[in-house]
Amino acid sequence: MSLIEIKTLNKAYESGDERIMALVDVDLNIEKGEFISVMGPSGSGKSTLLTILGGLNHPTGGDVVVDDIPIYKLSLEKLADFRREYLGFIFQSFQLIPYLTVIENVMLPLSITERTNREQVKMAEEILERIGLRGKGRRLPDQLSGGEQERVAIARALVNSPPILMADEPTGNLDSKTGKEIMDLFKSLNEEGQTIVMVTHNPENTAFSTRTIFLQDGRVNGNDSKK
Amino acid sequence: MRLKDISINNLRRRKGKVFFLILGLTIGITTVVTLISITRMMNEDIANKLDEFGANILILPRSDDLSLSYGGINMGGVAIDSQRLKDSDIPKIREIEVRENISTVSPKLIGVMEIEGKKVPLMGVKFSEEVRLKKWWKVHGAFPKNREEILLGNEVAVRLFKSTGDTLAINGKSVRVSGVLDETGSQDDFVIFADLAFVQETMKKPGGVSLIEVSAFCNTCPIEEIVSQISKQLPHAKVTAIKQTLQTKMEALDHFKKFSVGISIIVLLIGSLIVFTNMMASVNERKREIGIFRAIGFRKSHVVRIIFLEALIVGLIAGIIGYALGLGVSQVIGPIITGMKGGKIFIDPLLAIGAIFLSSLIGILSSAYPAIHASKMDPTTALRAL
Repeated sequence: MSLIEIKTLNKAYESGDERIMALVDVDLNIEKGEFISVMGPSGSGKSTLLTILGGLNHPTGGDVVVDDIPIYKLSLEKLADFRREYLGFIFQSFQLIPYLTVIENVMLPLSITERTNREQVKMAEEILERIGLRGKGRRLPDQLSGGEQERVAIARALVNSPPILMADEPTGNLDSKTGKEIMDLFKSLNEEGQTIVMVTHNPENTAFSTRTIFLQDGRVNGNDSKK
Repeated sequence: MRLKDISINNLRRRKGKVFFLILGLTIGITTVVTLISITRMMNEDIANKLDEFGANILILPRSDDLSLSYGGINMGGVAIDSQRLKDSDIPKIREIEVRENISTVSPKLIGVMEIEGKKVPLMGVKFSEEVRLKKWWKVHGAFPKNREEILLGNEVAVRLFKSTGDTLAINGKSVRVSGVLDETGSQDDFVIFADLAFVQETMKKPGGVSLIEVSAFCNTCPIEEIVSQISKQLPHAKVTAIKQTLQTKMEALDHFKKFSVGISIIVLLIGSLIVFTNMMASVNERKREIGIFRAIGFRKSHVVRIIFLEALIVGLIAGIIGYALGLGVSQVIGPIITGMKGGKIFIDPLLAIGAIFLSSLIGILSSAYPAIHASKMDPTTALRAL
């Protein structure tokens, strides 16, 4: 039983009279503990795949089953609950909330749980420490460097200890040195058992993952596993 | 951290936007509070100036007999039995429970005298009270100062060929005309006014009073309450409220009240529109942010709660500021409109709570659509970057 099962997934976008196929008959299984890189040129459908995996984008056909849950059979509100329970998102260009401090940004996924404020602060501080941002919790995002903002985004995605971490071009906005640091962080998280699905078009990043999936014109064009 | 912290931090760290949001709503609430306060001041003003509108309570002897009319007002059996009311009844009227609401008590004794071959109504009054009661009286000459002086109604003066300074004989007593009334268009034009005690003596009715006119106003109690209290004091008298005297002024006030309501609604609509457009713009600006919330696992209801809470906080602040400003503005404008002296700031908790409640309600209502719109946004379009 795979953690994520994707069966004949199709996604079409209507644009006027045109029908654009973003994904065509994608079949994919992702096991617990895998670190998947999704590679492909622009427009290959990799971002679409990530949003569908992330429960944010209803497919036109096919199923996504996560931990035995057919997620697109859930109501929209249940789907939101699923995202909260199962997924940690790291968005391209960080997507921090500008009017919340670092620690408040990290606590965001906890704010809709039953956890007390003290528990939330403790969890957020632990993850900030782990990610190397100790003592910066009271700052606002615009007072941080790009690499630090990326780390806040990672901390926010991980604070809930979600089974799956999803990342969209996590190094896209970083210089190569900082990018490597972030990838090292991902690798060590994966070694601790964290399942990661990462979209990237930087081939160097695939070196850190356990498997790379190549997409071309919405179809899986290759599946390169190192294990 | 709770959802409320997200709302509060958003408001705290986007001060410019929040300022205009609060300003729009504050202007609306200020207008409403000002108009309500001024309407109240005018109400109070009417109470204070009541004497200008004449008597509104008439006290007559209880009688089933012949009736006489004075100024279109039924006077009961004056001609048959005018001795039942007495001077001694007057202080009793000032002894009722709500006595502070009585401004003027004017007793009258009416009879008919033959003067220089003509039959003329003679009315004994207390000039100090009568003049207060009939503020519209204008006199050529002066009001009588003693019992040897009389005041002539305009028509009487013409018929008797008398003017200020002339003398005439009433029942053999010589009296001086101290003044002639300008035409009033009422029964007063046909009457000779003299001192009450003098008329009682002349008509040989010592202590006798035909009727008593009272001017009273009670802000908090109906006029009927005063009437019934006087009735208790004077069981032998018939006490009636003359409602029409107040009616016209009250109607004028009512028109102003309706006008105020109209203006308030318009201003509040504009205020709501400001909140609505601001909230809508803010929601559109925050598309990305709402997308993040949704992606992280916030339910629609969580997003709606964040926006509603922001609207509620804005509404509360605008309500408090608007109430305080409205109170201040009405203190400045009120006296100009009513001619009353300002200075006393009257804090009405009901108006305060009402203003704050209204403001919050408008805040919530005008962000209902933006909030729902925000919650329905597709997280992927909201998060273009993904």
